[in-house]
Amino acid sequence: MALVSSEKATPRGEDWTGLCASQLPTAEVSDWLVRDDCGASVVFTGTTRDRSEGRTGVSSLTYEAYESEVDRRLDAVVNELRGRWPEAARVAILHRTGEVALGEAAVVVGVSSAHRDVAFEAARYGIDAVKATVPIWKQEHHSAGADWGVDGAELLDAREVSPGWSDSDRTRNREAGAGVAS
Amino acid sequence: MPSVLMFAQAREAAGVSRVDSEGATVADVVQDLRARFGEEFSEVIATSTIWCNGERAQPGDSVHSGDEVAILPPVSGG
Repeated sequence: MALVSSEKATPRGEDWTGLCASQLPTAEVSDWLVRDDCGASVVFTGTTRDRSEGRTGVSSLTYEAYESEVDRRLDAVVNELRGRWPEAARVAILHRTGEVALGEAAVVVGVSSAHRDVAFEAARYGIDAVKATVPIWKQEHHSAGADWGVDGAELLDAREVSPGWSDSDRTRNREAGAGVAS
Repeated sequence: MPSVLMFAQAREAAGVSRVDSEGATVADVVQDLRARFGEEFSEVIATSTIWCNGERAQPGDSVHSGDEVAILPPVSGG
């Protein structure tokens, strides 16, 4: 199994995706997204926080990934994103693995485009799709021990994720008996 | 025989991250793992997605030597 996270993910053409075992290059992503034909770039940064539903005092988080499958799933997210928003110029999706200190970036999703609507919508889809479709788990460390993330969701495929899809949508749909479109 | 990878809560409940299984179908493999790893693991696997070679698998799918079955609890990246 290739140890993806031991290598530094680097841009391939207009895409920059992968796992990183060390600090995410958020500033570099912001710079890299900008192209002469783009008037907009949106960068979402997900940072680790000291609390989650029903928990406080979280001191650090550890991310575990099914590393040999992550690249394929990230490629699927980018392909789906580019299919839905063909005007997306550059797309970056990077995720940390291993232990992440509080306040550090665990995930960064960036999209550039000629105009802002596409950049905002595609970036929103990108982070939602990463959370729903890529096999990554977080474990929260606190004074009493460690627990797995409470917001876990069943794995979907990239085409099943709507822009703005969220856990509350998921709960609503489930309660309404509406299955996920497949 | 297929190899089985377990992640997050499934890995912790099993106490190992990888085992070989004699199962001929996905359902056989699940049954084998439940018998081996007990109640806590069985609870985790009940809420997990199962993949075979990177694709979502159904209980009736047959599995072969060299296949990689993965037990994936609800994901929580980001």
